[in-house]
Amino acid sequence: MSSIKPRGKVPKKASVDEIIEIKTLIRHPMHSGRMKDKNGKIIPKRIINKFIVKFNNKEVFNMDLEPSISTNPYIAFPFKAKESGTFDFEWIDDNGEKYSMKRKMTVS
Amino acid sequence: MKLCKMKKISRRDAVFMIGAFGTSMMLPISTSATTKMVSDRIKEITNGLGAEESDLFLDLPEIAENGNQVKVSFEIDSPMTDKDFVKTVYILADGNPAPNVAKFNFTPALGSCSATTRIRLSKTQNVHLLAAYNNGKFAMTKSKVKVTIGGCGG
Repeated sequence: MSSIKPRGKVPKKASVDEIIEIKTLIRHPMHSGRMKDKNGKIIPKRIINKFIVKFNNKEVFNMDLEPSISTNPYIAFPFKAKESGTFDFEWIDDNGEKYSMKRKMTVS
Repeated sequence: MKLCKMKKISRRDAVFMIGAFGTSMMLPISTSATTKMVSDRIKEITNGLGAEESDLFLDLPEIAENGNQVKVSFEIDSPMTDKDFVKTVYILADGNPAPNVAKFNFTPALGSCSATTRIRLSKTQNVHLLAAYNNGKFAMTKSKVKVTIGGCGG
């Protein structure tokens, strides 16, 4: 679905040993499997169940999401800058689809 | 069969019945996690050891006007070195349909142990934070949130 679009905020530059904050948001309905549509029919469960962050191909953070996470999941977490590199963010949907995003950061 | 029966009742009755049927469909599915389910989950995670109540920083609003979007953030004091770090942090809710809300897996690369996200709360309840350290120890805290309009649907 093209309406699912990940967004992220990572500082472009950071100094060595600085703890930066990374903010991410993905547009996703997060159907909990309990909500009903206009006709009273239950909308089947469909959520983002996993969020994985890699820095220079090494996994640094991941999160398991449950139906109790709000629509358009927002996740913010810290990261200690040591070297320049690329972040790979990945969100995994219940239907097996994966949404990914890359962000570069320069450390000086 | 149904159609034949419908013809025998008056139009007014039929309208009323449809209305009643519609209302019954709107009723929420009344299942919710309980305090026991959360304590069982904590026992399961900690292998029966339980966790010590400590002053981890858990930031939640006292009153949430909309249970669909409740901002939650936490911060756990830890050096986050290879020898001493917080491995996993669980968020559990005792009034939602299921106790599990989120599980964060940290690594020392983050340099600090904190995170922010937004959660759904179906009613007034306690939100629990459980931290698992790499040395096998656990710590927990909880915070009560008053919910005016519940999330989770239903």
